[in-house]
Amino acid sequence: MNIKNQTLKVVSIIAVLIFFLFGIFGIPKSFTPSGLLASMQERIHLGLDLKGGTHLILQVQVNDAINADSDRAVERLRDDFKTKNIVYAEITKPNPQQNPDVISIKGVAPNSISDLRSLVADRLPDYDLASGPDNSFTLSMKPSIAKETKTKAQQQAIETIRNRIDLLGVNEPVIQEHGLGDYQILVQLPGVDDPARVKEIMQSTAMLEIRQAIGGPYGSEQEAMQANGGLIPANGMLMKGKNIGGQGGNNDSYWIITRASAVSGNDLRTADAGRDENGRPDVKFTLTGEGGRRFYAFTSAHVGDRLAVVLDNKVMEVATIQEAIRDEGRITGAFTEQQTQDLSLTLRSGALPAGIKYLEERTVGPSLGADSIHAGVRAAVIGMLAVMIFMLFYYKFAGINADLGLFLNLVILLGFLGFTSATLTLPGIAGVILTIGMGVDSNVLIFERIREELRHGKTPPQAVDQGFKHAWVTIVDTHVTTIVSAIILFLFGTGPVRGFAVTLSFGLLANLFTSVFVSRVIFDAILNRHQRGEALSI
Amino acid sequence: MELFRNTNIDFLGKKWYFLAFSLVFSVAGLLSIFFWHGIPFGVDFKGGTLVYVKFASTPDLNHIRSAMDRAGLKDPKIQAYGPAANNEVLVALEQRQTSESALDQGKNTIIQALEAGQPQTAGKLDLNNTGPSSLQQYLLSKDPLHFGGIDAPAKYLAVAQQIDDFRNKQRGGVLGSVDDLKGVAPAEVIAVMEQDFVTSNFAVRNVEIVGPQVGGQLRKQALWATLYSLGGMLVYLWFRFELIYGIGAVVACLHDTIITVGFFSLLNKDITLTVIAAILTLIGYSMNDTIVVYDRIRENIKLMRREDLAEVVNKSINQTLSRTILTSGLTFLTVLSLYVFGGEVLRGFSLALVIGILIGTYSSIAVAAPMLVAYQEWRGQKTGRATLPAASAAREKAKAKA
Repeated sequence: MNIKNQTLKVVSIIAVLIFFLFGIFGIPKSFTPSGLLASMQERIHLGLDLKGGTHLILQVQVNDAINADSDRAVERLRDDFKTKNIVYAEITKPNPQQNPDVISIKGVAPNSISDLRSLVADRLPDYDLASGPDNSFTLSMKPSIAKETKTKAQQQAIETIRNRIDLLGVNEPVIQEHGLGDYQILVQLPGVDDPARVKEIMQSTAMLEIRQAIGGPYGSEQEAMQANGGLIPANGMLMKGKNIGGQGGNNDSYWIITRASAVSGNDLRTADAGRDENGRPDVKFTLTGEGGRRFYAFTSAHVGDRLAVVLDNKVMEVATIQEAIRDEGRITGAFTEQQTQDLSLTLRSGALPAGIKYLEERTVGPSLGADSIHAGVRAAVIGMLAVMIFMLFYYKFAGINADLGLFLNLVILLGFLGFTSATLTLPGIAGVILTIGMGVDSNVLIFERIREELRHGKTPPQAVDQGFKHAWVTIVDTHVTTIVSAIILFLFGTGPVRGFAVTLSFGLLANLFTSVFVSRVIFDAILNRHQRGEALSI
Repeated sequence: MELFRNTNIDFLGKKWYFLAFSLVFSVAGLLSIFFWHGIPFGVDFKGGTLVYVKFASTPDLNHIRSAMDRAGLKDPKIQAYGPAANNEVLVALEQRQTSESALDQGKNTIIQALEAGQPQTAGKLDLNNTGPSSLQQYLLSKDPLHFGGIDAPAKYLAVAQQIDDFRNKQRGGVLGSVDDLKGVAPAEVIAVMEQDFVTSNFAVRNVEIVGPQVGGQLRKQALWATLYSLGGMLVYLWFRFELIYGIGAVVACLHDTIITVGFFSLLNKDITLTVIAAILTLIGYSMNDTIVVYDRIRENIKLMRREDLAEVVNKSINQTLSRTILTSGLTFLTVLSLYVFGGEVLRGFSLALVIGILIGTYSSIAVAAPMLVAYQEWRGQKTGRATLPAASAAREKAKAKA
């Protein structure tokens, strides 16, 4: 055996060890056990089942979005029929539940048919027109458009939910498409164990409010306190504002705003981007009847006072009330056109674009998560010790070889988790434990084969060589089959089960390296020191 | 040290015993699946509501049952969960009592029913069942520390989380009274909380609610995943060996799956998502064992051209026996450790692994290998030729590769 080559291999193994230790711990702040644990927790992310939290699967009722679109189409048709003098008996949506995109037009006058065709082609390009008996026609949304509308509704729902969840200040929330079903969304919120409140926040409509501005703007929080003698009025609260129109600069401003709001997002009917009389981009909004009445009462009582438009607890605009306003208003400011577009979208999408149905709700209390980690780690340690002790006992020096391999296997696996920021779940811990049990399989295969070759009278170097050679084919086959089943598990599973598939696959890949390469290097090192003819401890 | 040195057991001679053994277990399992407990799907697949509750002291199940009755819940399953010292109870509602329009209705009813038995709860908040985010909301509205500033929400969230951490990590989730928080939260906070909070004698540890739609989807997927997995193995073995080897291995795996699921049915233990994960793992694992034996058969067929196939198979099993028993034994050891020490949440998963590893090891010796011989005999009767065609084809393949 080439000594230089051997040294190179040892160096590369040590490099791998250090690399994956870095994967687990990063560069630890301190090398005390608690310091190491803290750095490990920063790198290896725990799943909801270990950390505690809320897991929701919800389905966007995408038909709502289609219905909204076809409702608009019906209105448009009615208007256009009137202006173009197209005579018809009725326009209906025969089955909004099952076929939300289908519009039926009955009794069209024969001389209006060509007008109707050109009208639909012109004004409703998203719809296909089909003629039926007795001069009736059916409009249905083009399938590609329908699909796009549904996908958009889902995307917008995800966006809206994310905005709402951000208000909760949850660390590392997951809000994403749930691949398994139709228009489903997966929401995972670590550390949140009251799902009722989450749902309330998720489904709350735009946090747009109009309140009274009592004081401000101030340059800083301190300034605001000083101006009010160190005490904020009982009915008021301090709120941050953007650099509000006319002030210029990029500094935040601070305001004292009433706690109660005059109108809120629920009272909002529409919001559109536009321009004011000076050509500056703004957002115009209208209120519902009820909201308008309240707004009128508020503005008439506060002429000369200032009102603040508050969006998600941030002051967007402050204006002096010149006269009582009924149901229309606008938000102006130093906006760019893009900003007004975004703002009007936010206001509109403050409400979810389509209804939501909850399909699954799981809450893991943090105390349970802590117990699970404890039990999982205990099982792993006991299982690993049992295996290691057995290997030492059964294979003597070669057992040390296998145990070193197992240890390295574990380091690589955890390092993988640290590098890839894959999530460690409770079944994931089980995967680690199983990797220990199955990982030692490769060692046993090789060792048994070496023993067999020795029994057949081969010299130690020959036996080792043959043992590795013969066992290699088998090891590849066994690893491939297990990894195939792990991959299928990953594709099919969600959350915790995926965690299991990930650790199992990583573990087995790492095992190929440790049980074949590392173990061989150790054997060669031992054989190199051996005198010719000396027996191998196996 | 060595066990099983130069064993020479006539495994194929015992094939009738093996057949009888496998039949007894498969048929018992199948009978239970079809006529007794069915496939005991857990909440993941069936849908329903599970609420795990931890009590401050030993819970009285009859008491809980009558509380549920009064709340109008029809025969909920109520059982102690985990070791008795944990004081935990599982309350389960079936799918039909889990409303689709208001998914968490069942859960809320259960919690209300439990709270109804508590003293002076009217209009007060239950400290043991208030999460940090609700607590933060409460503290913000009361503002006992007069934060007033912009960062008040963040500051109160920190206080709420401190309380939550103390409750969960120091007290296992259940506090005796608001006074317990002395030294944990500022005195002003405790003072206002004492007016508005009570402590019930229980805390909800874990809730699982699954609607019918998800359950149906998952059932279908679990079945497909299992079939894909078996199919994938078949193709791989076909490619690496020959079709009959693949079929033998897949039949062995199917045998393991049926017996494991049958065991769950006989014991009426819930089959959850993680149990399915365990079964899929077992398919891979059982395949491992089978491949080791097959590899050796393939190798020996090359070496022992004159000998009878039954003898080759016997010899191959004996040669790999030491390895098979050792690795299965070691994996079994780790899985057993998981079953005993791994906690209640993983109990079903580790049970499946414990059963499956035993059966998987058995089947690679007693089902997969004898199938090759049975196939050869059957083929020999039909054509008058008595060689395993798989062997020669595999040999040619190996030659072509080399």
